Amino acid sequence: MSGSNTMLKVENLVTFYGKVAALKGVSFEVEQGRIVTLLGSNGAGKSTTLRTVSGLIKPESGKVSFCGEDITGKPAHELVSRGLVHLPEGRHIFKDLTVLENLELGAYTLKDKRERKRRLREVFERFPILGRRAKQMGGTLSGGEQQMLAIGRGLMAAPKLLLMDEPSMGIAPLIVRDITSIIRQLNEEGTTILLVEQNAKMALGLADYGYVLDTGSIVLEGRGAELRSDEKVVKAYLGG
Amino acid sequence: MSTWELILQQGVNGLILGSFYALVALGYSMVYGIIKLLNFAHGDIYMTGAFVCLSVFGALSRFLSGWPAVACSIVAAMFLAAALGFLAQRFAYRPLLGAPRLSLLITAIGVSLVIYNTVMVITNSQPLFFSSGLDSSAGIKIGGLTVTYIQMVLLAVSALVMLGLSLFIGHTKTGRAMRAIALDQDTCRLMGINVNKVIGLTFMLGSALAAIAGGLACVYYGNVQYNMGYTIGIKAFTAAVIGGIGSIPGAMLGGLLLGLLEATGTQLLDSSWKDVFAFGILILMLIVRPNGLLGKTEIERM
Repeated sequence: MSGSNTMLKVENLVTFYGKVAALKGVSFEVEQGRIVTLLGSNGAGKSTTLRTVSGLIKPESGKVSFCGEDITGKPAHELVSRGLVHLPEGRHIFKDLTVLENLELGAYTLKDKRERKRRLREVFERFPILGRRAKQMGGTLSGGEQQMLAIGRGLMAAPKLLLMDEPSMGIAPLIVRDITSIIRQLNEEGTTILLVEQNAKMALGLADYGYVLDTGSIVLEGRGAELRSDEKVVKAYLGG
Repeated sequence: MSTWELILQQGVNGLILGSFYALVALGYSMVYGIIKLLNFAHGDIYMTGAFVCLSVFGALSRFLSGWPAVACSIVAAMFLAAALGFLAQRFAYRPLLGAPRLSLLITAIGVSLVIYNTVMVITNSQPLFFSSGLDSSAGIKIGGLTVTYIQMVLLAVSALVMLGLSLFIGHTKTGRAMRAIALDQDTCRLMGINVNKVIGLTFMLGSALAAIAGGLACVYYGNVQYNMGYTIGIKAFTAAVIGGIGSIPGAMLGGLLLGLLEATGTQLLDSSWKDVFAFGILILMLIVRPNGLLGKTEIERM
């Protein structure tokens, strides 16, 4: 999978946590308009990969390019306005700030007030529950509502590429279905998505293409449908 | 004077003292809230503010006098203190943000000593006297109670500054970012917030507030000394803990409360009991309500 419309290209990424190599040369690509998933068990390096791509951690070596530009080692706060938005694992809602304040922070880098208002309206149309709870503290929302707030907050930055880390974690199965359809809808509207999931069933149901990470290296890759029927993937991640 | 008038008079004194405490406590609390550092150099920033105010007032005396001169001097002190706060943050604290908290704390004590000793050497350990030329006895008399114009201005300025700060923290983009950083720094980075810049700004703001207090104290007490930041630093810290460290309204409430309790307490007992009174309240507070009056988060042991 390589082409001129590659949005994200990661080459030989090596990242350390102290003296431990969490990523040992990870390479993958995300083509524009696709949903790509990174699978792997706990500690495989999925979150580290996202955190390195979004600039929260500096890599030891390797290269990250976004929309053709080298962004390796650039700090996270400089990448948001370029359209690279990372929704961290565990939602990370600002609990003591209102829903509205949480959303406003999502558009922190946007100077245009009218555009900010427009995006806010859009988020409230997409998630009416957030509009009803706008004045409530973020911490008072349920898990599912917090996930919607996290997604809505990410959308306030008008992402080209959305890095989603375990959006289904700790969410009731019924709500996971909602989240799945939200992700599909966002993608249909033109947002490219890199999805990290432990819920491989959900992820492979959505993804056009997938990579499997194991202890810091990519061990397998293929189209979503191929991976779904791959014996090793079924055994390791789909409970087959 | 009747007992009631005495108590009211002490109440006015307490409010003035409390405003100083509150203004300094705000800087303590803001910095603690955002990077969990007890910035022991904060009292010395207050002292520096007082010195700058005095020096600028002296330099201006050929062109300006009275309140306009005081205002200009305090503004100058605010800028210089803000610069000092920023430098301390940028070169002493920021490189240590990933280090154990104790390293940061010891560095703060080091920064405090550097400022303290620098001013001590410059002033040759002598107190400097300050005369604003304002009439310090003019005021309004209500029965036996006197409130001077200087006192009124001090209270009004403190109230306005605190109101302005509350509006800033509560309703501006930067204020919102400060509150968010206090909760979760990495997520703020993912929102596009330049966290280091906002932390620097917090130090500057806190230091400017301390300089306002220093400047006002310089006008009110009429003398400035290199060690004047020590006691108020500890008292303001006490006030911040009473109010709930990390909480902005808590710092204001804690400061005013401590000032009032001290003033009325010394009226009842001898004034040499003042500090015993203040720290007694601190200890009591830590036992009864360790999170302070308005604090939410758990206090960690240092």
